[in-house]
Amino acid sequence: MMKYKDVPAYKPRAKWNEMRDETMKAPFSGAIDCDIHPSAPDMPALLPYMSEYWRDQITNRFIDKTPFTFTSYKPQVPINGRPDWRPQSGRPGSSLDMIRSQALDAFGSRLAICNVIHGALGLFNNDMAATIVSALNDWVAAALLDAEPRLRGSILVLADDPTHAVAEIERLADDKRFVQVLLLVMGERPLGQRACWPIYHAAEKNGLTVCIHAGSTHRQAPTGGGWPSYFVDEYVAQSAAFEAVLLSLIAEGVFKKFPDLKVVLAESGVTWMPQFLWRNDKVWRGVRPEVPWIDRVPREIVRDHVRLTLQPFDAPGDAATVARVIEHLGTDDILLFSTDYPHWHFDGTDVLPEGLSESTVRKLMIDNPLATYARLS
Amino acid sequence: MNVATLNDARERANAQRLAIIDCDIHPAPKSPLDLQPYMTQRWRDHMNTFGGHVRQALVGQEAHPRMTARGMRTDALPENGPAGSDLELMRRQHLDVNGVEHAILIPLGGGVSEERNPDYAAALMHAANEWQLASWIDQDRRLKGSLIVSQEHIEHSVHEIEKRAGDSRFRQIIMSPKPVEPLGSRRYWPIYEAASRAGLPVAFHPVLAGGGHPSSGIGWPTYYMQDHYSFVGLMQNAISSFVFEGAFEQFPELKVVSVENGFSWAPNLCWRMDKHFERMRAEVPHLKSKPSDYVRHHIWFTTQPMEETQDPDHLRDIMGWIGWDRLLFSSDYPHWDFDDPRYAFRMHLTPQERAMIYRDNARALYRL
Repeated sequence: MMKYKDVPAYKPRAKWNEMRDETMKAPFSGAIDCDIHPSAPDMPALLPYMSEYWRDQITNRFIDKTPFTFTSYKPQVPINGRPDWRPQSGRPGSSLDMIRSQALDAFGSRLAICNVIHGALGLFNNDMAATIVSALNDWVAAALLDAEPRLRGSILVLADDPTHAVAEIERLADDKRFVQVLLLVMGERPLGQRACWPIYHAAEKNGLTVCIHAGSTHRQAPTGGGWPSYFVDEYVAQSAAFEAVLLSLIAEGVFKKFPDLKVVLAESGVTWMPQFLWRNDKVWRGVRPEVPWIDRVPREIVRDHVRLTLQPFDAPGDAATVARVIEHLGTDDILLFSTDYPHWHFDGTDVLPEGLSESTVRKLMIDNPLATYARLS
Repeated sequence: MNVATLNDARERANAQRLAIIDCDIHPAPKSPLDLQPYMTQRWRDHMNTFGGHVRQALVGQEAHPRMTARGMRTDALPENGPAGSDLELMRRQHLDVNGVEHAILIPLGGGVSEERNPDYAAALMHAANEWQLASWIDQDRRLKGSLIVSQEHIEHSVHEIEKRAGDSRFRQIIMSPKPVEPLGSRRYWPIYEAASRAGLPVAFHPVLAGGGHPSSGIGWPTYYMQDHYSFVGLMQNAISSFVFEGAFEQFPELKVVSVENGFSWAPNLCWRMDKHFERMRAEVPHLKSKPSDYVRHHIWFTTQPMEETQDPDHLRDIMGWIGWDRLLFSSDYPHWDFDDPRYAFRMHLTPQERAMIYRDNARALYRL
C-alpha cells in the first residue's frame, strides 16, 4: 500500500476547524473524488461511434428518440440532482462547464472518476446493448477525458454478458485514463458467481479496479419482498443489495481466485458495513465446511479487497455518532472520498461528515484512492 | 451457537434465577399427519394426494442445505420425529434447566404462509393452530402461541384472526418475511387491521419458501452462508416497507416483532431511511414522522442470533441506539445456532438491562 509520504503533490491546508468559514470545508486540497456522474448524452451523440448497421438500426427504429432513463435513476427525482446543481434546461451534470465548476473546482479535487451509467444496460438484446455501451465508453474518452485532464473514466460493461464485457475491457485497457470497470449492483445474477469471473480476470490482469455501483436493471424485484411502491423505499433498498453482493463475492471465493482484485462499492451508504462484518465473521465460523476456500474472517478479506465511496454517508449529523460508527468499522483504510455529484446527499460543500478525524479525512481523500486504483499511482 | 449442558447444579440454579421469557422456540409436528385430526376428510385426502404447493423447486427440503441436521441441534433430536417435536425433551433440555418462565412458540414448516392453494392454505392454517393449542400450549402453561396465518390469502387470514382474537393462548400473529408483495403494502393491511383490533403484535420469522422473488434484489444466492444472511435483507426490506407504505400511520397501535433476523443493522437502516426521506418526502406525504420514529415506536427485535462485536461496547452502542426496551431475549431452541441464555451476552449488562431484555420487555409486549 502506498504510504502517505510517497503521495505526489497535494497541499495540506490549515487545521480542520479553521477552515469552517471557507467555501471548501475539507482541510486538504488535491482530493480524488471516486464517484461523480456526468450525464450520459442523448443517443445522437453516440451514433458516430457505431457501425453503419447499428446506426441504421437505432435510427430506423426510432431508438435514438428514446430516453434510456432507468426507473431507478430518473433525473427529475430529487435525490438524483441537487437543486443548485440543476441547469435551467437539460440534465444535471450534462456539460463540462457544470462538471468543472460544480464537481471539480468547488471541492478542489485533483481528480474525479466518472461513473457514466447508461440505460442500455436494461435492454434484453445484448448485441444492441453492447454497441451502445461501447459507444458510450468511446464518448467518455472523447468528450470527457480528452477535454478535461482532471477526469478519469470507468469502462461500463454488461455484467450479464461476460463475453462482451471482457472484449470491451480488452478493447479499452490500453487507455490508462480508464481506471476501473463499472457494474450495477443488481443485474441478472449475484456478481460473485462464476459466470462473472472472466470480468474479474480481465480487470485484475489489466490493473483495473472493479466498481459496483448502485442501480438495478430490474431483471427481478429490487427487494426480496417484491416491488416497493415508492422510489424512496427502492432507494433505501440499494444498501441491502450491496450487502448481498459483497457476501456473494466473499462466499464464492472471488478474492481467493483473484488475489489482486480491488472492488469499490459506490453509493452504498457505508454505515451498513460494521454489522455486516460482525455477523459474517461469526456465521463464517459456523459454516466453514460449506465454503472451505474462505480461509480467514470476512473482515480481513474486506480490509484487503473492498472499498466504499463516502456519499451518501448514512448517519445522523452529529459528530459523536459518526466517530462511533468509524470506530465500529474498525478501519478507515476502506473509505474513498466521493461527492456522488450531481446527486443530492448534502448541501454546499458539506461533503465530509462531522466527526471524521483529520487523519481519516486525509486518508480517504488522498491516500486510500491512490492505494485502491493502480492506475492513479 | 452455544449449547447448554448444565450438569453443574449451581449453574442450573443460576440459570433458573434469570426467569427468562424466551421469544423464539420451535415446536414441530412428528410428521405432517399430526395436523390431520384437525382437518376435514376433504383436506386430509388433499394432503395425502397432492400436499403442499409452494413457490420453490424442492419439496420438504431446503434449496440451501443447512450445516447440521437440517438446521437443528443434533442433541435435540428425540427418538422419534424431528427436533422440537417432543415436549418432554424440550422441557428437559431447555425450559426447565434454563429457568424459562414463558416461551413464545414459533411453529414452522407447516407450509401455511407459503401455500398457494387458497383453500388448502386455510385448512392448513386452522389445523396448525389447533395442533399448536392441543399439543403444546394446553400441555404446558409456560408456552404461549403464535397464530399462524395463510398470509397470501387475506380473507382467510382475517377470518382466522377474528375467530381467535379473544383466545389468550395466542400472544401474537406470525408471518413470513418472504411475501408476494412488500410487507407494508396495502395488500396486507386487512391482516394488520385485524391484528390491531385483536391487540396482537405481528411477528416475522424466516421461512424456507416465499413469494417467488429471489431472496434479495441481486438474485438467488449460492450458499447457505448467504441464505442465512438473506434474513437480514428481507427484514430490512420489510421494515422499510412498513414505514414508507404508511402502514404505521394507518395502524397506530400496530406492533411488529422481528424474530431471528438479527438487530445490529437496525440503527443504520434507520439512519438511511431518515436521510433519504428528507430528500424524497414529497413522494410520501402520508408520513407524519421521520422513519426512525416509527421504528422506535412500533418495532421489537429478538436477540438470537446474537451479533458478536470485537469490542463488547460496540454492541452496547447498537442496543442503546435501538432502545433497551425494544430487545427480547430468544434462544431459537432447537436450531443449530441456539443462543444459551447464560452465555449469549458477551458483555456487561446492568441488572436493569438484563431484566428488561430477558423478561420485562416481553412481559409488557405480550402482556404476560
